[in-house]
Amino acid sequence: MKLSKYGKFAGVALAGALALSACGGDPEPAGGGSASPAALPEGVECAPGTLNAGGATSQELAMNAWRSAYQSACPDATVNYDPTGSGAGRTNFADGAIALAGSDAVMDAEEQAAADERCGGQAVHLPLYISPIAVIFNLEGVDELNLSPEVIAGIFNQEITNWNDEAIAADNPDAELPDLEITPVNRSDESGTTENFVAYLSAVAPDAWPHEVSGDWPSELSSQSGQGSAGVVTTVQGGNGTIGYVDASQVAANDLSSARVGVGEEFVEFSPEAAAAIVDSSPAAEGVAEGDLAIELDYTTEEAGVYPIVLISYEIICTSYENAEEGALVQSFVSYLASEDGQQVAATEAGSAPISETTRENVMAVLEGLGA
Amino acid sequence: MTTTQPPQTEQPAKPPPGRRTRRRPGDLVFENSARLSGVLILVILAAVAVFLLVQALPALSENQGNFLTDTEWAPSGDAPSFGVAALVFGTLLAAVLALVIATPVAVGIALFISHYAPRRLASLLGYVVDLLAAIPSVVYGLWGITWLMPQIGPFFEGLNRYLGFIPIFAGPVASPPRTILTASIVLAVMILPIVTAVAREVFLKTPTMHEEAALALGATRWEMIRMAVLPFGRSGVISAAMLGLGRALGETMAVAMVLSPGLLIDFFLLQAGHHQTIAALIALQFPEASTLQVSALIAAGLVLFAITLVVNMAARYIVSRRKEFTE
Repeated sequence: MKLSKYGKFAGVALAGALALSACGGDPEPAGGGSASPAALPEGVECAPGTLNAGGATSQELAMNAWRSAYQSACPDATVNYDPTGSGAGRTNFADGAIALAGSDAVMDAEEQAAADERCGGQAVHLPLYISPIAVIFNLEGVDELNLSPEVIAGIFNQEITNWNDEAIAADNPDAELPDLEITPVNRSDESGTTENFVAYLSAVAPDAWPHEVSGDWPSELSSQSGQGSAGVVTTVQGGNGTIGYVDASQVAANDLSSARVGVGEEFVEFSPEAAAAIVDSSPAAEGVAEGDLAIELDYTTEEAGVYPIVLISYEIICTSYENAEEGALVQSFVSYLASEDGQQVAATEAGSAPISETTRENVMAVLEGLGA
Repeated sequence: MTTTQPPQTEQPAKPPPGRRTRRRPGDLVFENSARLSGVLILVILAAVAVFLLVQALPALSENQGNFLTDTEWAPSGDAPSFGVAALVFGTLLAAVLALVIATPVAVGIALFISHYAPRRLASLLGYVVDLLAAIPSVVYGLWGITWLMPQIGPFFEGLNRYLGFIPIFAGPVASPPRTILTASIVLAVMILPIVTAVAREVFLKTPTMHEEAALALGATRWEMIRMAVLPFGRSGVISAAMLGLGRALGETMAVAMVLSPGLLIDFFLLQAGHHQTIAALIALQFPEASTLQVSALIAAGLVLFAITLVVNMAARYIVSRRKEFTE
């Protein structure tokens, strides 16, 4: 209890320190931008105007942090983000109501066609928000746990019901697993975290996880659940022998134990780098045009050092805008999101995993053509 | 009895019949604005009902299942299928359990305040009980999660160990105890103030003559309460309980926070993931819901609206009947 309190305090202090250092300005203030109070990273220049964006709620926290940082650096720019949900965001984008949409899913062919028409060219997906999902557990006397995908699916499908099950013991030869009932905990509200977690299970262990992929937990499973990430955390902490899935940002903040997830032959612990790596190791989504960075998450990857359970949220933008000023603002704002500073802000405020250098280069290549 | 007196004493103040009175503009304005307010309430109630119905229709017409008898809740996809049977059951179960827990306690508090406590303590206690009603339900929910949950776990274990042969206490006991019984206990605390307040008022209205007659016949205080106060207050307590039931039915946040939902129809009070209430379902599903899902949730809301209306009307009916035979 005390520890977690201190952890939270440290988090706040860290965030405060970062905000302060951002205000303090970068080490090279000698350039032309001496007027701006908080500088944008090198290579990103302010653009004036108003940018209306909207969509996925998963990005909301990160987007709020990005907006406030960007707007304080660029007083002439206003960025709005309306968290209407991914589907509504894509629809509004295709209607031309917003210039940038946040979406947890890749547009289908029909949506892509409508979006391309709206852009008078091409609409592209940029993976700029990667949120790892951790498998957390609360088991007295056990701090480390290796779980293969089949075992995770079996536990959450309530086929594996006791911690001393042979399937778990096989992956954890050193752990002393008690004779205790397993209590799986899921989200009781509809959420993107559930949808991605379930998508992972049905991709890697289709036999052990026969349920449909949806943001709602399968109702045929009578299970313990909590409202929101915080609800899942309290429920997992409130019982002994509990296991749940939650945004990885909750792990450090609440001093939780998270399981290592089986990838190929080894077991990978969640880390921002490992989560970001899946973007690089996954193939492009089916049927997307050249230059589009939409990917088909390769949950079954066996590459070393990749953590496969993640939620990816895209920014959908046009490769060219009719209104040159709008184009310049989108380019400037999205460049900031993709920059190291931008990704760091999101990591601090929303617990996301910063994108890899490869992804950043790809995003910048797309943005280069914009606003010209 | 005495309350029928005042209208007659006002009679002389009224103008004699037959003569037209000059009505002042102030009177007219006040009369009409009062009438308007009265009508407005009815209009709002009707508008709520119509709104719910209109918004629910798209989902109801797309529904592949039976809305009233199905237990499944899957209002998305190509073949949306949803029914409120399990939800109605869960809602009623939680509310009735809360009532069973809260009513005896509330009657006890009310009797203590009205007949046992020294006057000064009584008014202070009454005040504190009323204050309980002002606490937001989210706070009750937090209390349920952080304080009640760890305390109640061992108690549930005990219930299961010694009374497990009774089906409602059958295991396995949920850990943490996010069950319908925990939710009902939180609800019971929440409805305690309203039930206590109404019951206290009713007990205070017991005719002093009845009480003194009982005492004069040699009754002890407890016997006096049993012979005079409780029979007089019975229908009042029933209506108080119904009002509490109305509140428990519609309670959202505390249940959403404390209960692990599920859509089954059974009486296993100590198992998690078996029950869900309508209000909590709406709170949990609404933020990410698509158009059709929202419509389905509103249909569930309509059912809740109807249940609450019936319960409250029943409470009013009992109250009005009591008035008839006490006066």
